[in-house]
Amino acid sequence: MYSEVSLINDEQVDILLADLLDHYGYDFTGYSRASLKRRIIRLYSLDKALSFAEFRYQINNDPVYFKRFVEQITVNVTEMFRDPAFFKTLRDVVLPKLGTYPFIRIWLAGCSTGEEAYSISIILKELNLLHKSLIYATDLNPVVLEKAAQSMFALSQMKQYSENYIASGGQLDFSSYYTANYSLAKFDEELKRKIIFSTHNLVSDHTFNEFQLILCRNVLIYFDRDLQHKVLQLFDESLEPLGYLALGSKETIDFSPLSKNYKRVPAEKIWRKVS
Amino acid sequence: MEESELMKNCEALIIGGSAGSLEVLLRVLPALSPTLSFPVIIVVHRKHGTDSLLPDLLSGKTSLKVKEIEEKEQAMPGTVYIAPSDYHTLIEQNKTFSLDYSEKVNYSRPAIDVTFQTGAEAYKGKLVCMLLSGSNSDGVNGLKSVKAWGGITVIQDPETAQVAYMPAQAALQLKIDYTLSIEDMADFINLLS
Repeated sequence: MYSEVSLINDEQVDILLADLLDHYGYDFTGYSRASLKRRIIRLYSLDKALSFAEFRYQINNDPVYFKRFVEQITVNVTEMFRDPAFFKTLRDVVLPKLGTYPFIRIWLAGCSTGEEAYSISIILKELNLLHKSLIYATDLNPVVLEKAAQSMFALSQMKQYSENYIASGGQLDFSSYYTANYSLAKFDEELKRKIIFSTHNLVSDHTFNEFQLILCRNVLIYFDRDLQHKVLQLFDESLEPLGYLALGSKETIDFSPLSKNYKRVPAEKIWRKVS
Repeated sequence: MEESELMKNCEALIIGGSAGSLEVLLRVLPALSPTLSFPVIIVVHRKHGTDSLLPDLLSGKTSLKVKEIEEKEQAMPGTVYIAPSDYHTLIEQNKTFSLDYSEKVNYSRPAIDVTFQTGAEAYKGKLVCMLLSGSNSDGVNGLKSVKAWGGITVIQDPETAQVAYMPAQAALQLKIDYTLSIEDMADFINLLS
């Protein structure tokens, strides 16, 4: 999988990014380059492309391959209740605050295959808030959204997810939320009823509602600073006063001028919009 | 000495290690010059959730500034950077760090290969990469990249390694520039400055 000197050089990456923008309207130019390039080389070598010209031609002319390309160059690694301490804070601090509202709107931006959407749904259900909540789970990539909507995850992951769930303050039997079906765990339909899966591209799409909680975890790390600024602006426009913004464990709003309007929830990467 | 000639342009040192490497770092860091003219970037395998411990542990051992890497941060001379657990650390062409939560590489995240390889492209001939004790072959492909881009490859002498497999694999798979005992490492690094 590794080559000693890159199979694809920076100029070729530029060419591909320009193609994607021209042909499909996908703008990856604000993505962190080292990571993006590594993903492209990984796919090039995984699919045993014969030459750069052939690789490029296929991306530009084969819509099925284009879909695969977008799915593979974006990172879709996720799990249920990842960073249990974060989900414990959601459960103990953030969601009970929002529970005083008549209706709770949550935006999960960059939801990938949906593991976090179902995690949040489980917590809302246990807090008795699910009936008055709506989770908008968005991703730029329609392929992962199709997977997410199936509410099926690998059964082999359930031991880990169950441990995460318990560490995040869950007290029920985690296996009561799914039924095992061969190698898959199919989660209860009820958990999905309040989730709307939809495409949304943080780079090019605008705000579409006002939310009391926006979660976008481990997405900004793939963007350069300029794009991070732009996306934080979008979140700020989409967040109600006193709403919460939650980021990944290595992400921050500290570099942004917007940060002066936010107050951090201690110990976690969660900020409340205070002005 | 031939080596100081070769490496007086060192712009970054990346050290990778796994099982048995912490002990080496604890011995080498105290002897490093406080005025190193390049950043020292450390990628070691460890369990997720032990994040803040390693920078704290190592900063007690050196007068160099020690910190955990933050995404988009610029690599500065005279600073020791620790790759956070459970993310890959990549080095951009402008010498800033990017973090990446993609699939594990060699069963590892952080993977030494990822940092060596992106570092090789960013620093080219002005990079020195050092692979320490460890029980898998993460880092070996990265060293091949370093070599291909004109950088310098160093391994801990497998004889002195608690777990010899990692540096031994490197020595088996490519021609390593320098093989060092733990005692010689600090002097070697100080000479790069």
